[in-house]
Amino acid sequence: MSDTFVTASPHWTWFIIPYFFVGGIAGGAYFLAAVLEWFGRPEDRPVIRTGYSLAFWGAVLSGLLLTLDLGRSLRFWHMVFQSDNFPHLMFKSFSPISFGAWALLLFGACAFVSWYSEKEGTLAKLIAALGGLLGFFVAGYTGVLLSVTNRPIWADSPWVGALFLASGASTGAAAIALFAPGRGATERSLRWVTTFDARALIVELLLLIVFLVSLGTVAKAWLSVWGFLLVVGVVGAGILWPLRLHLKPAGAGALRNPAVMVLLGGFLLRCVVLLASNSIAYHHVASVVAR
Amino acid sequence: MPEAMGFFTDTTICIGCKACEVACKNWNQLPATNGGVAQLSGDSYDNTRKLDGTHWRHVKFIEQFDGPYNGRWLMMSDVCKHCVQAGCLEVCPTGAIIRTEFDTVVIQSDVCNGCRACIAACPFGVIDMNPAAGTAQKCTLCYDRMQVGLEPACAKACPTDSIQFGPIVELRTRAQKRVEQLKAQGEKRARLYGDDPNGPLGGLNSFYLLVDEPEVYGLPRDPKLPSRNLKSSGALSAAAGAVLGLVALVGLRKRRMDEIGGGGQKGSEN
Repeated sequence: MSDTFVTASPHWTWFIIPYFFVGGIAGGAYFLAAVLEWFGRPEDRPVIRTGYSLAFWGAVLSGLLLTLDLGRSLRFWHMVFQSDNFPHLMFKSFSPISFGAWALLLFGACAFVSWYSEKEGTLAKLIAALGGLLGFFVAGYTGVLLSVTNRPIWADSPWVGALFLASGASTGAAAIALFAPGRGATERSLRWVTTFDARALIVELLLLIVFLVSLGTVAKAWLSVWGFLLVVGVVGAGILWPLRLHLKPAGAGALRNPAVMVLLGGFLLRCVVLLASNSIAYHHVASVVAR
Repeated sequence: MPEAMGFFTDTTICIGCKACEVACKNWNQLPATNGGVAQLSGDSYDNTRKLDGTHWRHVKFIEQFDGPYNGRWLMMSDVCKHCVQAGCLEVCPTGAIIRTEFDTVVIQSDVCNGCRACIAACPFGVIDMNPAAGTAQKCTLCYDRMQVGLEPACAKACPTDSIQFGPIVELRTRAQKRVEQLKAQGEKRARLYGDDPNGPLGGLNSFYLLVDEPEVYGLPRDPKLPSRNLKSSGALSAAAGAVLGLVALVGLRKRRMDEIGGGGQKGSEN
């Protein structure tokens, strides 16, 4: 039995799950917008603007969700300032929540500037480069945060961060594909986004397999309703089905729109990874071992 | 600088009276469970089941029975281990968790904002939220009492001295003698858990004498710091980011090559 089974759940549930999902979309969407800001064409502008919009509003929503999740929400500023030594800054490079709070703050600032200022040029590119890196950081650190604990599943594999980052990229691309047509994106721009999405899904699937294998005997913890949802919801509906739709478009409707299914899969991935671990209560495990 | 202080809990003389739990709740003004109404676990004399934000001491009742007459109870008064290398202190993003002059680990309730990182980081499942305070809480080793030279409430209340408080160095010597005594009496399974300063987490400032495997008591065999995964997890995430960045750039390159190959039919070719 892994030592992680005798620990206690942090109860990260219905504010944190949407945060992990939204933060992933925001980070992934900004990264793609930043790539086009550097290497795209004037015709890609609607896609870039969609990416910046998703990133900015995603960052705002992320901050809100994180604040609401705190046991003492009004003390949210304790993450960035030393509360008993104000205005000294609070930063711990080895604490994922600490560097995550700073990364989200800086990412939000980049996303705001990129979203608000419609200017193009060197400065916009530099901000996009910084924001793009921070975007991927925000998408991935949430998984690193889970691995840097002592909880079952999360701490039993170092692959959660990479998996969440890939999911952030795929859901970010899906969100752009969903909203950019309304902003006048050209078909060629959109095709680049959807092609990237399909490839990101393949990377995500491979990472998911590696993640499950890396769990070793702990993988048995997935023999639950969460494991069922992982296979059917995340892999089936959220990865394989949209991949098939990319290859063979199947007409109109939400279930036939790969972007909608990718977003559903990304949300379910966060749900199952968090809830599968949260549902393991150490005192139940301990009493079973004693017998 | 005062010397390192802590607990040595000899589980072989715990009688399961729960005086420690009551004294802890009393001194630290922790609320009763279930509004004070008795709450039974249904399958054990252990009615609080675990340590959490309002139970900073918990007497575990480990029932090893083979039939109604053949078996034993193992009783263990569990508490925060005040690890020399503390996972909770490591991950706390607000600086609420501090190491005191007595080498103990304390959560400052006025600094904690309830992010709950420490709960997931603790290898022993010690910490949890106190719903009344909205912050994560655990045993302080009665920091307030220690500052005025008093021993912690639980150790003071323990009628059998199963919980002993004192300088860690002294407690280790005492614990070693007790193990030898038990072994001489035929209890060959006697062992110390967390007494080794060169062992996991640099040793525990609350350590135990056990008479079975650690897992039986719900203790991790090899407790580790959460930061063990930081470098590998960060590096793998960065590698995944690099791969996906490359995928994005290759896609753009292909688009450009197709365009050139398509004889400049912009807008219609991939």
